[in-house]
Amino acid sequence: MAELLQFVFSGLTVGAIYALVALGFTLIYNASDIINFAQGEFVMLGGMTTVFVALAGVPLPLAALIAVIVTTAVGFALHRFAIDPARGASPVAAIMITIGASVFLRGLAQIVFDKRFHSLPPLFGSDPIQIGGAAILPQSFVVLGGAAIIVVLLRLLVDRTMLGKAVIATAANRLAARLIGVNTRHIVDFSFAVSAAIGAIAGILVTPITLTSYDVGTLLALKGFAAAMLGGIGSAPGAVIGGLLIGMTEALSAGYLSSNYKDAVAFLIILVVLVAMPHGLLGRVKVERV
Amino acid sequence: MRAWQSITASAVFALCALLSASPVSAQIKIGAVLSVTGPASFLGDPEKKTLEIYVDEINAKGGVNGQKLQLIVYDDAANADTARTFATRLVEEDKVVAVVGGSTTGSTLAMIPVFEEAQIPFISLAGAVQIIEPVRKWVFKTPHTDRMACEKIFADLKSRNLTHIALISGTDAFGKSMRDQCVAVASKAGITIVTEETYGPRDSDMTPQLTNIKNKAGVQAVVNPGFGQGPAIVTRNYKQLAITLPLYQSHGVASKQFIELAGPAAEGVRLPAAAILIADKLPANDPQKPVVVNYTKTYQDRTKQAVSTFGGHAYDGLMILVQAMERAKSTDAAKVRDEIEKTKGFIGTGGIVNMSPTDHMGLDLSAFHMLEITNGDWTLIPGT
Repeated sequence: MAELLQFVFSGLTVGAIYALVALGFTLIYNASDIINFAQGEFVMLGGMTTVFVALAGVPLPLAALIAVIVTTAVGFALHRFAIDPARGASPVAAIMITIGASVFLRGLAQIVFDKRFHSLPPLFGSDPIQIGGAAILPQSFVVLGGAAIIVVLLRLLVDRTMLGKAVIATAANRLAARLIGVNTRHIVDFSFAVSAAIGAIAGILVTPITLTSYDVGTLLALKGFAAAMLGGIGSAPGAVIGGLLIGMTEALSAGYLSSNYKDAVAFLIILVVLVAMPHGLLGRVKVERV
Repeated sequence: MRAWQSITASAVFALCALLSASPVSAQIKIGAVLSVTGPASFLGDPEKKTLEIYVDEINAKGGVNGQKLQLIVYDDAANADTARTFATRLVEEDKVVAVVGGSTTGSTLAMIPVFEEAQIPFISLAGAVQIIEPVRKWVFKTPHTDRMACEKIFADLKSRNLTHIALISGTDAFGKSMRDQCVAVASKAGITIVTEETYGPRDSDMTPQLTNIKNKAGVQAVVNPGFGQGPAIVTRNYKQLAITLPLYQSHGVASKQFIELAGPAAEGVRLPAAAILIADKLPANDPQKPVVVNYTKTYQDRTKQAVSTFGGHAYDGLMILVQAMERAKSTDAAKVRDEIEKTKGFIGTGGIVNMSPTDHMGLDLSAFHMLEITNGDWTLIPGT
């Protein structure tokens, strides 16, 4: 029993990380139909900037704030200077631009920061919490809580604010949105900036567990993207459920089957779900009106 | 796309023109293909800097046999195909006398046929035992092997009367290769591997694997062949699960960085490491002490970076080559090769090298020292 609980805790820890990364994909996708493959680099920038600003002697909370601001600016710049100029291009072309941006940011981080691994101190210490014979680190709950707060905020943004409505309008029909007076360019700017901020927060919260380096983004983004797809891309609760599901599958198959095949089992489940439900667990089916 | 390609091409041409414009007169050309950029840059970068520093130093002292050295470095970015192309260029265009380098095992194995055919002495800086087994006439290497690290760990386990172990290894190239070597030498060393687990190179939680190890009856110690951040997370999870068995890490994480990343969980962890990492901890009568202290000082003064074993491998390779050329009093490839093979009692950063026609590495287990982490620092285990 303690064994099962330990596996579940591991799944929760890893799943919360994937969920937090997956959340970054939702807003940009909602506003522009673009899947931003530089999302992992936002996560990396959040962690690495915090580490290096803190190393320069700035207190940790301030360093984290600076990292979020820097990453938000990078997200804004990514849209304004790389994706917006290619406005006429298809989403596929825009996605390729984000892949290019991801390679560029990784290269830049190698030069600006360094190529070593770094860590941040956990928020509530590193003494594990013992429950029923299993141990979990407090930071796992921090990551999980962070994901929950971001889901709620995103929901409030979309449901309760004019800005959120404008994001939905831009996603639904860009031309119509413009006709009713929405500045769609600013809306997509905004969605990139907020996604970058979510990525940076994710990076800061997961670094005490995953550690960080200039290339940490690639695999985190891959798992986060898988989680977002599984949950239904564009859906914030879906991203969290997808992340937790993948984390849990990995942990349970590492525990009960074989650690060699845990990634394979996780991706097999994603495949099965997507074949059965092509829009993911909570994804909205797009209806074309004729 | 086209415009970009032609810009790149002209930039490359310009660079080549600049390079070939440097003066060449009666110089000994030494080639090096290193992974200066890319995923193995942590190897190639210090290796390149080390070669440059020491070639300058040797030239400042008058060179070798009255001739200056000229170092030609190419960057393969950890790509074996690129490495092979550069190897061909070193042979056909640059006409080098000897080659030091090949940062990774992949690059080295790709280049071996080129240098074997051209009959040029090749001193590799990569780890795998396959480079020197079977012995190839023109191929040598300076770094210790994974197998030696396993044997060193197993010897330490035996001395503590621990014979039944669990292995948890990374699935990256380093982890896999070392795991295979450990499994291969275990029975000869009198060690039984009770259970085995693996983790992906980017996994962020290894508690399921460690829980299984914890619940396995008869395990007396855990060995973690791995590289990068994985072993640090294993060590943290080990503490999280309050496992009390002795934990052994590999030489792959023998750096201060590991202690920083693993934090207090690293206390009591043991691992094998080369002398260079504990230069200041070595007893004064250790024959390697002056060599590693000197190298560390030179490297840190010139680069302002912390020293690593990898740069040390390049130092050893260059010095073995230079001494062989001095003994041969010539740069004739065959004579230099014979002298490299006769290297005896060379004290390098990686250990004391005694080569022979059947051993083109020449290191024994004394190249490794066993360390234990106490109070956030290394402690040398006496007698190792």
